[in-house]
Amino acid sequence: MKKAIQLAGAALALTAASSLAQASTQTSTLENVKERGYIQCGVSTGLPGFSTPDEKGNWTGIDVDVCRAMAAATLGNADKVKFIPLTAKERFTALQSGEIDVLSRNTTWTQTRDTSLGLNFVGVNYYDGQGFMVKKNLGVSSALELDGATVCIQAGTTTELNMADYFREHSMTYQPLVFDTSAQSVQGFESGRCDMLTSDQSQLYALRTKLAKPDEAIVLPEVISKEPLGPVVRQGDDQWLNIAKWSLYALVNGEELGLTSDNIDAKMTTDNPAISRFIGKTGPGGKALNLPDDFAYQIVKQVGNYDEIFERNVGAKSPLLIKRGINALWKDGGIVYAPPFR
Amino acid sequence: MIVNDKNIPSRPAPASTRGIAGWLRENLFSTPGNSVLTFMGLAFLVWAIPPIFQWAVLQADFIGVNKEACTSEGACWVFVSARFQQFMYGFYPDTELWRVNIFFAQMTAVLVWVLWDKMPRRTWGGVWFLTGFPLTSFILLHGGFLGLETVETHKWGGLMLTLVLSLVGMVIALPIGILLALGRRSDMPAVSSFCTVFIEIWRGVPLITILFMASVMLPLFIPGDIELDKLARAMIGISLFEAALIAEVIRGGLQAMPKGQYEAADAMGLSYWQGMRLIIMPQVLKISIPGIVNTFVQLFKDTSLVLIIGLFDLLAVMQAGITDVNWPNISIEAFVFTGFVFWAFCFGMSRYSVALERKLDTGHKS
Amino acid sequence: MSQNINKASSSRFWYDPKVRSILFQLLFIGLLVFFISNIITNTTNNLEQRGITTGFDFLSQEAGFGIIQSLVEYDETHTFGKTFIVGLLNTALVAVLGVALSTVVGFLVGIGRLSSNWLVARLSTVYIEIFRNIPVLLQILFWYIAVLQVLPSPRQSITLGESIFLNLRGLYIPAPVFGEGSGIVLGAFVAACMAAFVLSHWAKQRQVKTGEVFPVFRVGLGLIVALPIVVWVVAGQPISLEMPVLKGFNFRGGITVMPELIALLLGLAFYTAAYIAENVRAGIEAISKGQREAAGALGLSEGRIMSLVIIPQAMRVVIPPLATNYMNLIKNSSLATAIGYPELVNVFMGTTLNQTGQAIEIIAMTMAVYLTMNLMVSLFMNWFNTRMALVER
Repeated sequence: MKKAIQLAGAALALTAASSLAQASTQTSTLENVKERGYIQCGVSTGLPGFSTPDEKGNWTGIDVDVCRAMAAATLGNADKVKFIPLTAKERFTALQSGEIDVLSRNTTWTQTRDTSLGLNFVGVNYYDGQGFMVKKNLGVSSALELDGATVCIQAGTTTELNMADYFREHSMTYQPLVFDTSAQSVQGFESGRCDMLTSDQSQLYALRTKLAKPDEAIVLPEVISKEPLGPVVRQGDDQWLNIAKWSLYALVNGEELGLTSDNIDAKMTTDNPAISRFIGKTGPGGKALNLPDDFAYQIVKQVGNYDEIFERNVGAKSPLLIKRGINALWKDGGIVYAPPFR
Repeated sequence: MIVNDKNIPSRPAPASTRGIAGWLRENLFSTPGNSVLTFMGLAFLVWAIPPIFQWAVLQADFIGVNKEACTSEGACWVFVSARFQQFMYGFYPDTELWRVNIFFAQMTAVLVWVLWDKMPRRTWGGVWFLTGFPLTSFILLHGGFLGLETVETHKWGGLMLTLVLSLVGMVIALPIGILLALGRRSDMPAVSSFCTVFIEIWRGVPLITILFMASVMLPLFIPGDIELDKLARAMIGISLFEAALIAEVIRGGLQAMPKGQYEAADAMGLSYWQGMRLIIMPQVLKISIPGIVNTFVQLFKDTSLVLIIGLFDLLAVMQAGITDVNWPNISIEAFVFTGFVFWAFCFGMSRYSVALERKLDTGHKS
Repeated sequence: MSQNINKASSSRFWYDPKVRSILFQLLFIGLLVFFISNIITNTTNNLEQRGITTGFDFLSQEAGFGIIQSLVEYDETHTFGKTFIVGLLNTALVAVLGVALSTVVGFLVGIGRLSSNWLVARLSTVYIEIFRNIPVLLQILFWYIAVLQVLPSPRQSITLGESIFLNLRGLYIPAPVFGEGSGIVLGAFVAACMAAFVLSHWAKQRQVKTGEVFPVFRVGLGLIVALPIVVWVVAGQPISLEMPVLKGFNFRGGITVMPELIALLLGLAFYTAAYIAENVRAGIEAISKGQREAAGALGLSEGRIMSLVIIPQAMRVVIPPLATNYMNLIKNSSLATAIGYPELVNVFMGTTLNQTGQAIEIIAMTMAVYLTMNLMVSLFMNWFNTRMALVER
């Protein structure tokens, strides 16, 4: 009898626990973040320039800085971020399940992903395109000479499809070898298992630095796809989506207004109306976003503007040495453009 | 009449069967076929050993801090010492490493207590292994209590993560496995068929699909607002997989129990659970220890698969090390070192289980 | 007495073990149903909330990506369903080759471990202890690096008579091209095989009756080789060989064995063989010494003692654990994904999952495949076991 009562009790407790778990309501991401004290940010397991851990486990990269900007905006401290490394396969489920608040993991913005996965793309922090890397001694100058080649592909992106489309369009054949991680792709390419390596061009430059002799490989000029990379948030929380958007825009507007982490304090007193709107002295500020009015100031002060982030992580001040190209501001011939703070 | 009342003195064995020559003849050159095999084996050794020895020891570099220290032809073990901290602790913060060291020490102590048969009160050791040890280890490693700084699980890595994964797998799997084994042998059709199906399904699929399921599907199974750490999810997957394996080991032990033991328990008027707890299980667990240790060895090796879902265990840390720009062409050294670490653990454990098996064998047999 | 009976019948019904058992089972099933339904509700809720599509419609959509090795016709325009088949077949290929290779190596090493030759026995022991105690994933990665470092580039291929080439891109061997009338040759081959089978049966019966030995192996082999060749010549050589030729970046034509497949096979086979060797040793040691001595007394040579007396008896002990090892090999073949060999996990649970995002359906299908394969191995080995069981007369 005693046993039966115990069992019944256990069953009841189980029922109660699970119904309780279901009953609690979905709170907003911003509230969760503030309560928790840090942002959970999904990044890659290691891609130089975008998100990569150093020996001590500190993360750096252009994707990392987007999350840091959001932390500066929401919590006033760019270091209040917990980075969660994700493989390509896990990234969307991790966001959907709430394991992370924002996914900033060189993710290409496509229609399917934006519309059918229950996610929203925030914007673009790097305009990329798929390209090819070959060894110089192959004597190839265009991808059109690559009929019949063996190609190393890194899994988990739109890469496989673009690759197939490109070769079909030019009625060429190829042999695809799909690897899970960049380490294996590099190994396959370096050993000569593949004639070429295909991936987003930024990644190719990054992977090239990992070769034993980076000078012996070249990235071909062809760009066979559009790969706008940007952060992603869950669908259905517009406030959080707006916060992510305007954190990103703050970076770009910061560059446009000539504000850097070094000079922004000096320019606080300026009477330039655009700048005073930006730093929240006048204008809408952060009220509608439920953020402090100086959120954009905090971003630029603690993380820097888009130019600083770019040069530091992938540009001239990094081993990748990628030129701004189409990632230059619209004023400078690129396509990086942000709506005004007004 | 001549009667020889003395034994003829025994003569020594023919020279060809004595001494080194005899041994050689007996063991290496007994037939032409054997001689050929011996020469082939020797040729293989001559071909393989000197270059390996030269590479690994004679021409290797041991001291230094970076790749420049490796000037000679052979292996560059500098890599291992330079990355030693990562191999052991992953990205665990520098200032908190003492916590991991205490964990290692406690683990060694508890395992010796449980596994060495000369230790007193081993049952209590087992209870501590299943309760106190995981609890204290969690508090120690994760922190957030008693003024310890919280160290998030994504900073865990290296050998420490490998050990944590396999030990947690063991601690959770053992009780579940025992229940499953008992359930499978139960008279109740509903219970036994459920346990059978459960065991066979988990045993029949690759661990890698289970890990994928844990990392991709599990978040969908639980209510949307409950979050489970990635490491926790991997642990759930590994534990259930391990439980199915343990269940089969325990079932073997249960089957080996003479029927008289069950009947004796019934005759004493003990209830099912009392009989199990007081009579059957102590014996079953004792004879199952070699099997359990073997399963543990299997699991210890299999934890290397978490590399595929992006956790930084020993193998994954090593792979990350290979891709470091500052250390080109280091892969062989890294593989050999990692392989050696795994080998040392697994070999030690399997030796233990073999020795134990021998020991149990000499005992009374039914 | 009657009071006692009364007392028993009036005692609470839950003291009756049968009633208790039924109650407990009902409770168990109830909890189980509750648990499962909870998971299902959670999952459907989550899927709906997160706007993830469900169902198996994706299987008929165009895949749009290429796969490097396929045993059936496949290109980008085929469906996701077809990628499942391609992955499945590639897994099956590894499984079959791996089982064969590991069995051969395992038996050799297992016998070697008990060899009277000291050196061979020691080498076998060292082999077993090394390969058994290192994770198979590490071994596969190691072999892959080794294969890639040892093999030359396509232009410096190792070649055998300009028809077989070995390089970094794989092993290239000539492929048969079946022209018109090749059916006759294949028919002749099948007929020869059947004839050889009948012949061996007849020879065995004759040996039992008269004791005369018929050279079955030589005659049978001759039959299987000669008959198709004769028919091939007579029918006007309908089957020709397609030679691999270096064109551009790679060899074209012929059959390619990928280096990934080679590395995977080496890793899987050497690892599993170490376990099989231990089983074989245990099996041989289980045979009583008298058997060996009796066979020796009959004047059988060492090799014949093994193949005619010891192994057939040892098989009874070896087969059950052998089945487990084969299942483990099949399960471990999923590690191919780490080196890019296009088997089920790499293709279907990898690329296809990435393209469609339908984790539940795809993981369930993948698991079902491995379960079925393991079930098949288990059934086959059970059947084989009953066949090999000692027939007591």
